[in-house]
Amino acid sequence: MNTHSGTSAPALLSVKNLRVEIKTRDGVVPVIDDLSFDLPEGGNISFVGESGCGKSMTALALMGLLPQPAGRIAAGNILFDGEDLARATDARLREIRGNDISMIFQEPMTSLNPVYTIGEQIAEVLRRHQGKSRKEAHARAIELLDSVHIPSPQLRVDDYPHQLSGGQRQRVMIAIALACKPRILIADEPTTALDVTVQAQIFDLLTELREVTGTAIILITHDMGAVAQMSERMVVMYAGRKAEEGRVRDVIQQPRHPYTKGLISAVPHLLDTITDDRPELLEIPGIVPPLTEFGRPNCLFASRCDSATEKCQAARPGEIAFDNGHSSACFYADEMQP
Amino acid sequence: MNESVPVNTSDNIRARHPMAEAFEMFMGNYAAVAALIVLILIILAAIFGPMLYPTDPFEMVWAPFSPPGAEGFLLGTDYLGRDMLAGLLTGARVSLAIGLAAAFMSVFIGITIGALAGFYRGWIEEILMRITEFFQVLPTLLFSMVIVALFGASLPIITFAIGIVSWTAVARITRSEFMRIRELEYVTASRSTGASNAKLIFSVILPNALPPIIVQAALMVGSAILFEAGLSFLGLSDPNVVSWGQIIGSNRQYILDASFTVTIPGVAIFVTVLAISLVGDGLNDALNPRLRRR
Amino acid sequence: MSNDDILRVKDLRVRFPLKRTGFGKRDYLYAVDGVSFNLKRGETLAIVGESGSGKTTTALTIARLQKAFSGSVQLGDIDLLALKGAELRDMRNRMQFIFQDPYSSLNPRLRAEDIVREPLDNQNRMPAEQRDARVEELFSAVGLRPEQRRLFPHQFSGGQRQRIGIARALATNPDLIICDEPVSALDVAVQAQILNLLRRLQTDLGLTYLFISHDLGVVQHMCDHVAVMYKGKIVEYADRLTLFNHPQHDYTKALLAAVPSVASALRQG
Repeated sequence: MNTHSGTSAPALLSVKNLRVEIKTRDGVVPVIDDLSFDLPEGGNISFVGESGCGKSMTALALMGLLPQPAGRIAAGNILFDGEDLARATDARLREIRGNDISMIFQEPMTSLNPVYTIGEQIAEVLRRHQGKSRKEAHARAIELLDSVHIPSPQLRVDDYPHQLSGGQRQRVMIAIALACKPRILIADEPTTALDVTVQAQIFDLLTELREVTGTAIILITHDMGAVAQMSERMVVMYAGRKAEEGRVRDVIQQPRHPYTKGLISAVPHLLDTITDDRPELLEIPGIVPPLTEFGRPNCLFASRCDSATEKCQAARPGEIAFDNGHSSACFYADEMQP
Repeated sequence: MNESVPVNTSDNIRARHPMAEAFEMFMGNYAAVAALIVLILIILAAIFGPMLYPTDPFEMVWAPFSPPGAEGFLLGTDYLGRDMLAGLLTGARVSLAIGLAAAFMSVFIGITIGALAGFYRGWIEEILMRITEFFQVLPTLLFSMVIVALFGASLPIITFAIGIVSWTAVARITRSEFMRIRELEYVTASRSTGASNAKLIFSVILPNALPPIIVQAALMVGSAILFEAGLSFLGLSDPNVVSWGQIIGSNRQYILDASFTVTIPGVAIFVTVLAISLVGDGLNDALNPRLRRR
Repeated sequence: MSNDDILRVKDLRVRFPLKRTGFGKRDYLYAVDGVSFNLKRGETLAIVGESGSGKTTTALTIARLQKAFSGSVQLGDIDLLALKGAELRDMRNRMQFIFQDPYSSLNPRLRAEDIVREPLDNQNRMPAEQRDARVEELFSAVGLRPEQRRLFPHQFSGGQRQRIGIARALATNPDLIICDEPVSALDVAVQAQILNLLRRLQTDLGLTYLFISHDLGVVQHMCDHVAVMYKGKIVEYADRLTLFNHPQHDYTKALLAAVPSVASALRQG
């Protein structure tokens, strides 16, 4: 399997041929099937796709949080700073979680514990991972709230989650995630539950924090606009497999996989100038295949693809490489029109 | 206008009623299925037992306290020399009938009050819930004893006395289900197409609110049987009919001399109520959509 | 009707009681605070705004699913807010609603065909024997296959469920269809199917939409006119090109600037 030449910096995180299996009533299915990608120190990458394509599962696999006992890493490596997390013990993973790799979730309403103040929840992480005293942790919690731009942090530190707005709660989640200066922050649809203006603020905050702290960011989203704004590189996932990977600008300007192209043109975009011309949106017919069809030895997108051929039904396409680490798992990637 | 025919991956899916899936789920729960079989056997015994074994449970047939198996009396005789097996079979009818009737009555009252409170809200709810709370804080056993003592120990009165003190749980469940479901968009959708309130209550919300009520009703049959046994044990039973509780109550002084006269109907109550609970649990799992795969 | 306006909303106010502040006194939150607009037959008016802006409350109030405090709503020449009881139920065939969540907007105990037929049964105008044919026609209009009629909601995907919701809304040939965030609960790839369907139906059947959304990209694609709501008031109202190319109000500008867009990646550089 070829890896990418586009990134010259040594990879902080290097995922190689990862295969994650989930046991279901209908048998074992590969929810992540032969996924490889690199994330350099301080880099940022987005995972895009519809729900059920394995984006969130990728995040959970990196965190060692696969659903138990149904899920397991069946093959491949997750090399974090040279250490293989796919084979790490539970104790080691607990050490890494929240310390070296942190995650923020889609729903800031339910990811904070309602019976503790936000200060206590930030301090908890600091005391567990860094052994700080109660007092030190409290002081640091205030600093962290300030760094995510919560106004008057000395006062808000004693607030309970329900006293904050959705955007503020997500800021608190980010503060908790950043408490131990992680080297990677995974953001799983961090703004889906928020208003656009709040979303813009959260994105600005994440970008700022990445620049200041050098934390690498993995953004998981379904919104191509968010990808364009937030990331340098992107991976398009479909049915547990990598459909396309590359620099965001390359992929959006010249998608090399029909699924990527569909994702971009299925959504009406807010372009710089709006004209009277409103063509029909490109439809991707049907839905993501059911889990039972994952892992079949053909192109899983073929059933929804209008340029699919017999070849697509018969064999699984390998990766075709282009410039700048751009690659696509489509037999006809070369022939795609921009 | 047919250019966009959505692709469905499995082409010929059969229409499956949500209840059919619940049934399948229930059948996969072996404890519940076993309990259901036991329950069916008990019901069959109650219906056909007295016909197949026509000994009069009030007649003295042999010496008192004959142990089970003696002289052809499978379960022995009680302190008056009456056939225990005949008592057990006839008593099953009464116990089950009272359990079912009392549960039916409480479900009926509970659904009516809960549905009205949960659907109309406002002052109607205030009044109905105050009434519910009043019945909830009554000491149930004492209240039923007072009713039976005042109006006489006949089967309808005993059933009424049990039903009137046990409907509050159903009312609360129904109300909370109605409050939840009435805010769902499909109810708003029905309303926006011109459905009347009666239609909303009976044919839109109620069918969707039924699963937890069914579970509660099943459990209530069990608790009503226990309640009746309790009343009978205290001597508050219809002297003209045999029930399991009444057998225990009348033999209680001889528990040390002939323990089987108390144990046998006791085990009957225990097995029946346990079976009903297990079936109720099975229904709960089968009807609970969170446990069901999507 | 001499006038083209199918819907005229004037100075609409909706309020919700807050905590009691003193003896007998009550504070109110005006969720909709003096909203006025007209909507022409065959056009789409989008109401955009963030959560809490009052856009959905406005829609629900127009549909008489939420109580108005003051103002007037006219559908054709009927004063909607004055209707009561049977008259109100009768009027409902002229105005239908498409809901946001295709999972909670379909009764899980009804078959797809019964869901689509429900408005016809509730209205009870069409002879019963014609209703079946109408349901069949609606199924094909929204791109569902006839053999799917007998299925239950949980057997459909999100997009297909939304098609059922659209078929239900079309059943009585309404003058006005209110779409409350019709695609925001759907996966990106499925949104296009539903948006295209809504536009195609509009062209074919001459439908009028009141389109509620927070997604400016979708609004841009669907609407003829846009009303931007903020804290219960319409802060800007304009036709599509004017609003998106030359926004006037600061809030509109901020809203447009906040939308993450692929435009930046498409620019060469």
